[in-house]
Amino acid sequence: MTQLALVIDLNVCVGCHACVTSCKEWNTQGEAGPLSDQNPYGKDPSGTFFNRVQTFEVGQFPDTQTVHFPKSCLHCEDPPCVPVCPTGASHKRAEDGIVLVDYDKCIGCKYCAWACPYGARELDEAQKVMKKCTLCVDRIYDVALAERDRKPACVLACPTSARLFGDIHDPQSEVSIAIREQGGYALMPEWGTHPANHYLPRRRTEARVREEDLQRFDNPLKVDGLLPKPATGEPALDDVTSW
Amino acid sequence: MRPAWSVVLLTTLLGAGQGLFLALYGADLSDAARGRASLAPVFVAAAAIGSLALAAAGLAASFLHLGRPERAWRSAAMWRTSWLAREVIALPLFMALVALYGVLHWLGQLQAALVAGALAAAVCVALFVCTGMIYACLKFLQEWHSPLTVLNFILLGCASGLTAATALAASLDPALETGYGVAALVALALAAASRAASLMRNAGLRPLSSLQTAIGVKHPHIAQKAQGAMGGSFNTREFFHGAGAARLAGVRWFFAAAAFVAPAALLALGLPSAAFLVQFAGLLAERWHFFAEARHPQNLYYQAIS
Amino acid sequence: MIPAANAHTEVRNTTCYMCACRCGIRVHLRDGKVRYIDGNPEHPLNQGVICAKGASGIMKQYSPARLTRPLRRRAGAERGAGEFEPISWDEAFDLLEKRLAKIRATDPKRFALFTGRDQMQALTGLFARQFGTPNYAAHGGLCSVNMAAGMIYTIGGSFWEFGGPDLERAKLFVMLGTAEDHHSNPLKIALAKFKRHGGRFVSVNPVRTGYSAIADEWVPIRSGTDGAFLLAVLHEVVARGLYDREFVARYTNGGHLVVCDQGSARDGLLARTPGAPESDTDWPPAQLWWDRHTQRAVPTHSEGADPHLFGEFRLDDGTRVKPAFQLLADRVKAYTPEWAEDLTGIAAATIRRLAHEMGITARDQRIELPIAWTDCWGKEHPTVTGNPVAFHAMRGLAAHSNGFHTVRALAILMSLLGTIDRPGGFRHRAPFPRAIPPAAKTPNSPDAVKPNTPLPGLALGWPAAPEQLFVDDEGRPVRIDKGFSWEHPLSVHGLMHNVITNAWRGDPYRLDTLLIFMANMAWNSAMNTAEVRRMLNDRGEDGEYRIPFLVVCDAFQSEMTAFADLVLPDTTYLERHDVMSLLDRPISEFDGPVDAVRVPVVPPTGECKPFQEVLIELGSRLQLPVFCNPDGSRKFRDYPDFIVRYETEPGSGIGFLAGWRGAGGEKSMRGEPNPAQWDRYAANNCVYHHQLAPSYQYMRNWNRGYMEWAQRARIRRYGDPVIIHLYSEVLQRFRMAAEGRRPGRQPPQALRQRVATYFDPLPFHYAPLELQATDSRKYPLAAITQRPMAMYHSWDSQNAWLRQIHAHNYLFVNPRTARAAGVADGDWIWVESQWGKVRCMARFSEAVEPGTVWTWNAIGKAPGAWGLAPGANESREGFLLNHLISEELPQSGGARMSNSDPVTGQAGWYDVRVRIYRAADDEPKRSWPQFDAVGVAPGTGAQA
Ligand SMILES: Nc1nc2c(c(=O)[nH]1)N[C@H]1C(S)=C(S)[C@@H](COP(=O)(O)OP(=O)(O)OC[C@H]3O[C@@H](n4cnc5c(=O)[nH]c(N)nc54)[C@H](O)[C@@H]3O)O[C@H]1N2
Ligand SMILES: Nc1nc2c(c(=O)[nH]1)N[C@H]1C(S)=C(S)[C@@H](COP(=O)(O)OP(=O)(O)OC[C@H]3O[C@@H](n4cnc5c(=O)[nH]c(N)nc54)[C@H](O)[C@@H]3O)O[C@H]1N2
Ligand code: SF4
Ligand code: SF4
Ligand code: SF4
Ligand code: SF4
Ligand code: SF4
Ligand SMILES: [Mo]
Repeated sequence: MTQLALVIDLNVCVGCHACVTSCKEWNTQGEAGPLSDQNPYGKDPSGTFFNRVQTFEVGQFPDTQTVHFPKSCLHCEDPPCVPVCPTGASHKRAEDGIVLVDYDKCIGCKYCAWACPYGARELDEAQKVMKKCTLCVDRIYDVALAERDRKPACVLACPTSARLFGDIHDPQSEVSIAIREQGGYALMPEWGTHPANHYLPRRRTEARVREEDLQRFDNPLKVDGLLPKPATGEPALDDVTSW
Repeated sequence: MRPAWSVVLLTTLLGAGQGLFLALYGADLSDAARGRASLAPVFVAAAAIGSLALAAAGLAASFLHLGRPERAWRSAAMWRTSWLAREVIALPLFMALVALYGVLHWLGQLQAALVAGALAAAVCVALFVCTGMIYACLKFLQEWHSPLTVLNFILLGCASGLTAATALAASLDPALETGYGVAALVALALAAASRAASLMRNAGLRPLSSLQTAIGVKHPHIAQKAQGAMGGSFNTREFFHGAGAARLAGVRWFFAAAAFVAPAALLALGLPSAAFLVQFAGLLAERWHFFAEARHPQNLYYQAIS
Repeated sequence: MIPAANAHTEVRNTTCYMCACRCGIRVHLRDGKVRYIDGNPEHPLNQGVICAKGASGIMKQYSPARLTRPLRRRAGAERGAGEFEPISWDEAFDLLEKRLAKIRATDPKRFALFTGRDQMQALTGLFARQFGTPNYAAHGGLCSVNMAAGMIYTIGGSFWEFGGPDLERAKLFVMLGTAEDHHSNPLKIALAKFKRHGGRFVSVNPVRTGYSAIADEWVPIRSGTDGAFLLAVLHEVVARGLYDREFVARYTNGGHLVVCDQGSARDGLLARTPGAPESDTDWPPAQLWWDRHTQRAVPTHSEGADPHLFGEFRLDDGTRVKPAFQLLADRVKAYTPEWAEDLTGIAAATIRRLAHEMGITARDQRIELPIAWTDCWGKEHPTVTGNPVAFHAMRGLAAHSNGFHTVRALAILMSLLGTIDRPGGFRHRAPFPRAIPPAAKTPNSPDAVKPNTPLPGLALGWPAAPEQLFVDDEGRPVRIDKGFSWEHPLSVHGLMHNVITNAWRGDPYRLDTLLIFMANMAWNSAMNTAEVRRMLNDRGEDGEYRIPFLVVCDAFQSEMTAFADLVLPDTTYLERHDVMSLLDRPISEFDGPVDAVRVPVVPPTGECKPFQEVLIELGSRLQLPVFCNPDGSRKFRDYPDFIVRYETEPGSGIGFLAGWRGAGGEKSMRGEPNPAQWDRYAANNCVYHHQLAPSYQYMRNWNRGYMEWAQRARIRRYGDPVIIHLYSEVLQRFRMAAEGRRPGRQPPQALRQRVATYFDPLPFHYAPLELQATDSRKYPLAAITQRPMAMYHSWDSQNAWLRQIHAHNYLFVNPRTARAAGVADGDWIWVESQWGKVRCMARFSEAVEPGTVWTWNAIGKAPGAWGLAPGANESREGFLLNHLISEELPQSGGARMSNSDPVTGQAGWYDVRVRIYRAADDEPKRSWPQFDAVGVAPGTGAQA
């Protein structure tokens, strides 16, 4: 069985928000749209976005990490948001594991949003139906698009390619390999939701400078006669020992 | 969570309606058990209509909660998995059975009424369970995820229903007043105990989720700096009440007084109508607190703007 | 919205301009409306990716803040009130033509044209020059001229458009003082690949945001002290012998002998073979090495010779000389890591470790590419060597008044590590490398400014000696911004930040008309914003405005437009033709020149007109020679026609675009105009990419093959090598003039000491000028800004999506610092410098060095601008740090001088020092200062 997902590499995400607005832009004009905005030019502007990039600080000065953290619906394998939905608008597709909302059925009761521990769903204030990341279901199968473009908008947008997309049930897929080999993890594992989306942790490349690397025969100072040589007059073993 | 007035009203009105029906049916049943038919018809009519009216008001409030009320009919579809869908089925069924019960009573078909009433009572209990389970089934809302949630809904509903019944009986069927009064006091005591138990349980809860599990970074010092939307979003509006701990505690004291202590005193003083009104206000506060108290783990992701 | 089955959809390629990075985009149109914009996968720069801004282009295109009609200030309305009446373009042109013709016929310098985030300086500069005014510059002087000048005067190239880190092959990447920078998407693409390949990324920055977030090591540094850090690293690199000796000896002037003879008139100049002329360049090779093999002075690069880098020698005539490298070593001797620790706040051990890591990585992880090449002296090299340590730096270094020398220190460090135009190090982008300094010069006397005559020289150039300053006989500036004067001799990008103040004060003279294009000088690009706004609105004793006529060309209702007498509504980038030309700032890659165009994908909105068309129309009306036929008739139909047919000189074959030249598009770089050139660009992703042969892609400063190609392509006039100036003789010439040791021009008395101090031929560290004039016990904290990745300066507050990400801003403070000041997270606070104060909200951050506070740049807005409603967060809670910054520093004797680098005139944005304290509880919870709301300009879609 296929389970499509995003794998987000926190090791390279620079928090640029390209995925945020690309998502909005694609989805507001596509099948999931329009995604409304409230007070777009006034006080406290807000709107429907499927993907947000948040920033966290980890540690204390000077050992601080700044973590940019993109989050959209995680397409849980055991999605608590689905069974609670009274209308069946919220559903998980058997064929690819995408969790979707059928806008025509949704009554806007928000119960699914209550049931999502990740805050991944948003009620569109204009249409009054529940919306969320669709994994760009209207792109990824669209044969009218070039093969390369059949990926989520956010994935194509991401300048650091921090967003990988694929089938996490296929052990050979790029995403499975990344999860396996780079310590991919799921959010809030304590709730047993088994999010399909995974995150790859920060990795740190340390400096490797060994003392002997500093003392070298080909030190250029030697050429200019600047590597200190002891004067021949200084005491030496030769003066005190005869073997 | 941010208490939505529609849901606060829905659950309190519905609970009172259900409780009132159970009170009525209880009296009817014991009456029948004693082989009598002594209930004043006007009382039965008033209680049945009252119960229906409360349920209908609750139903109306529930529509206010929907983004697309015109599609409400769809909401029964997933009864196999969704407690909300089950509630959606149970509520009208309950109302229909109460109506049937009332009509049969009115027609003097007391035996048939008893049967309809039994069905209505069963659905009523189921409805209590559905309503309670809507909240209790959400396991990461730890404050709600407990049998106490269902129990509270039942006991609080019964308590308010019995108080209402006492008030109705006082004017329409004084013979019932004392019995109802005592029952109401008992229900109040039980409800208070169970509600206190849930408050105590919740006070001792340690949230299972933390910023560490939310973002998957193991470090004692994590602080959010930006939630990604400065003007707020659905997630900042729906899941947090915005009130401070002091206000929460204030509401707690208020509902302890208004939903339990004062109605008990008023009942004891023989002022059941006043007791009901005060109690209902207390229950609104109780329900507000019930929502506000629940800490949704999604809030971990929406803590700071910059 | 599900596309209607019959909707007409279409995809057109053009170039983004939501910022100056200039990525290729695909614009998807449905029934003529922009519906979706994504990255063009075929574009060399962004390879299909896009950024937050680029993907929000729709909301810019359809923003209610857009200006759509020419506007004239309503008679009687005050400037800044923003009260306008719409006029026709004919009226606007008539008005401008009359006014400008009169100025041009009398005193052309009373017209000034300054441009902001302009990507068409080749045209704006040409217009100004043809007009005959010296008063032209783009925003470079307030932006990053220290970076450009410090690097170009040292290695003949610079970062961003003109070069960058080769992260594909680097092993260690050290980024200093960069938050986002111009090369946004390409740098992000490269950085991610670099990290995935296991490269180590070190960020030196007082703040950890953006790219620094993913750094393997964050080195928090105190603001303004990078010079100390870099000099200490240099100290260690020299002391430990961690430099690439071969590279230094052959490709830098480290082995060149410098006269060190106090008795000699040439003391401090490079020794030259007797009788050799003193030239600006290092060619022909008249300079000397002390050969190790023969132990005597020989012309540099003599066959078989190898210079001493250390020592002291005597020429035949008895002159004492030392290799420049020895002087450098002497200079950095005292700059120990311990010395730097106190200044920078970075532990000496860390500085040492980093220096060792740089040196050892460069030396031991060396790359050899099997690419043969020939150097300018004819030596064949079978391979190209790379020392894989790459650097990048930007305004964190540049925007300080000690930045020029800091950047010089960086360029020298890069050179000592042997990383210039080599794989894994720094790589040039065409048209760089250029001579040190480049050949372009300004005129050098006020006589150059004549009525009805084009300026004989460029408005901006690269002085190599005092004779090339643009001053009068008394040494007084000719330019309104005092560029190229003794105050800021190497102000190669001008000093836009002083134009309004100088014009207001009438020092050095008064202007008549100031034309501002694409710059928000009444807000975020002004230092001392409130004061500048007052000056713009100030009248002289005669009741006239001190700056009599102000023309603003903008696409949006910005804070600046409110002050205009005449507003010219520009198109957006989706509505116009544009070129990113080699004559200007192309988008070249490491492997060769790339230029690009923008083509309109939607028609102009309302009466918007591209500024290019405005210039060509005005040029024709004013009879500026290049825009007219010999009979005076209009030469170019429009801007696209101009781009195709204009040649730098008749028959030169050099025009704005290098691709598909020649009658049939068969030539490149140069060739006759091709009438179908635009079509060819449009059909080719709007870019022309000329890939150089691999052997021309490296070591270009000294690569004979490349130089010959560059000469053929007319990128360079001469093919002489560009020797790296570890020791800057150019600076020494200015110093000698200041010391009175040189015939020819000398600085005015008041400036002698200053020039002598700051024109040091070797890099040195000093506290920024503002700091020298600040009581740091009273104002202990450095206050700086960062570029948010999702906002471009002030542009994007009108963008409904982007402003949801940044609606207002906070001052970020280290909790330690905040608590010491009694400030809690989220408190309203006052931030006060010696020049002014602002009220804002504080936010704790562990990612900032305790001596620094910072905020996002240009998020705060004036009410009424940008199509925002009066209660918008930007104006109520947002604030601008600029209110704390002064454009001038008081001098002794009451004089005032620009708050800028004394060498380059770079605005010292990041030098300001502040203190913070809690706002009183009863104060309004609102940022301060607040300004009167400006009304909605006619023609915009905003609602009051
Ligand atoms: N998204 C976006 N991109 C932009 C722009 C934009 O507005 N938005 N603006 C464009 C423009 S015009 C420019 S000039 C570039 C500028 O690009 P950057 O130079 O990257 O821009 P700044 O935000 O000024 O970043 C300066 C960095 O230097 C740090 N810094 C400040 N003082 C010091 C210091 O003394 N030492 C060190 N080591 N670091 C210091 C600051 O903390 C900050 O991180 O960006 C361009 N790109
Ligand atoms: N405190 C502080 N101040 C700073 C800086 C800082 O780091 N800190 N950075 C400085 C730097 S490096 C720079 S470069 C300046 C930038 O300063 P500016 O160049 O003044 O800033 P922008 O906000 O880019 O404003 C340019 C104007 O261009 C307009 N515009 C946008 N698109 C178009 C178009 O297509 N056509 C026309 N005609 N106009 C258009 C916008 O509406 C805006 O009014 O800011 C400087 N100011
Ligand atoms: S992340 Fe939330 S909305 Fe998405 S599938 Fe999981 S529970 Fe449902
Ligand atoms: S809001 Fe819509 S999708 Fe969510 S539970 Fe209710 S009906 Fe289902
Ligand atoms: S997959 Fe599509 S819908 Fe989901 S976050 Fe990415 S762009 Fe948005
Ligand atoms: S686009 Fe990529 S780098 Fe940018 S915030 Fe999203 S995931 Fe991170
Ligand atoms: S980096 Fe600049 S040019 Fe590139 S897509 Fe973003 S806004 Fe456009
Ligand atoms: Mo800039």
